[in-house]
Amino acid sequence: MFEKVKKVIVDTLNCDPEAVTSEARLQEDLGADSLDAVDLNMALEDELGMGIDDDALPEMKTVGDLVKYLESK
Amino acid sequence: MTTERVALVTGGSRGIGRAICTQLAKQGIGLAINYAGNDQLAQETADACQALGVQTLLLKGDVSNAKVCEEMVQQVLDTFGRLDILVNNAGITRDNLALRMSDEEFQQVLDTNLKGAFYCCRAAYRPMMKQRGGRIINVSSIVGLRGNAGQANYAASKAGLIGMSKSLAKELAARNVTVNVVAPGFIQTDMTDVLADKVREALLGSIPMKRLGQPEDVAKAVAFLASEDAAYITGQVLCIDGGMAM
Repeated sequence: MFEKVKKVIVDTLNCDPEAVTSEARLQEDLGADSLDAVDLNMALEDELGMGIDDDALPEMKTVGDLVKYLESK
Repeated sequence: MTTERVALVTGGSRGIGRAICTQLAKQGIGLAINYAGNDQLAQETADACQALGVQTLLLKGDVSNAKVCEEMVQQVLDTFGRLDILVNNAGITRDNLALRMSDEEFQQVLDTNLKGAFYCCRAAYRPMMKQRGGRIINVSSIVGLRGNAGQANYAASKAGLIGMSKSLAKELAARNVTVNVVAPGFIQTDMTDVLADKVREALLGSIPMKRLGQPEDVAKAVAFLASEDAAYITGQVLCIDGGMAM
């Protein structure tokens, strides 16, 4: 799951693959703003067939949070 | 399917909305035409567009209902597979002096003119963002810029459209979705035909060009803002008013 999510993040945010670690913070470390978050979610829905529910979105601080959430879905 | 680009125009059965539909059709743009009630007039608009060689889809529905707007956009996506241009043109008037204006009169105009446009913009947000491109054109009015006695509700809705459009323009600019506003002046339509002669004369006196505008004058500006040529223009208000707002 981590690798899949990582690929979507790299493609969507156009960031350095090296920077996408489990601990990386989406906003502070990867430079995602609120619109990027929406974008990222749409890309996850397309690529993995599942996304983050709107009410859970604010809780997603790090790449690890995303992976954990998607794995539990 | 031969259609390359697709537009959704609200309030497209007559007046400025119809002119916008046919103008876009002339440029080979597929048309989803929303209208509130008049089936016959809506069909005439669709026929005129089809005669220009584009695919059309008629969507009857009240834009003041959020669910209707969401379903409309979904229907456009289901039918055409894309949505490139959204023109929020649907509008109503319930004129009265503010002193006598009822809660309902104020609310109805806000619901259709402003909330309706917001609901359609919100519904088009995701698909346009996903496409990495789109054009939203909101039809305001000179009244939204200058105010008008007897139209506190209408002016509020049309001024509201401008603020909303600029905010959306900022949100979506980086995704190549532009959001602009046209502000028609005194255009010859059913909406202005009902004005008393005295009012009409006074209005004509305030137009530097000394004549009413035609729906096509507005439609051509909308078509420009919807085109590739307007790719670097966003958050703007373009007055089509014979010089009234100067």
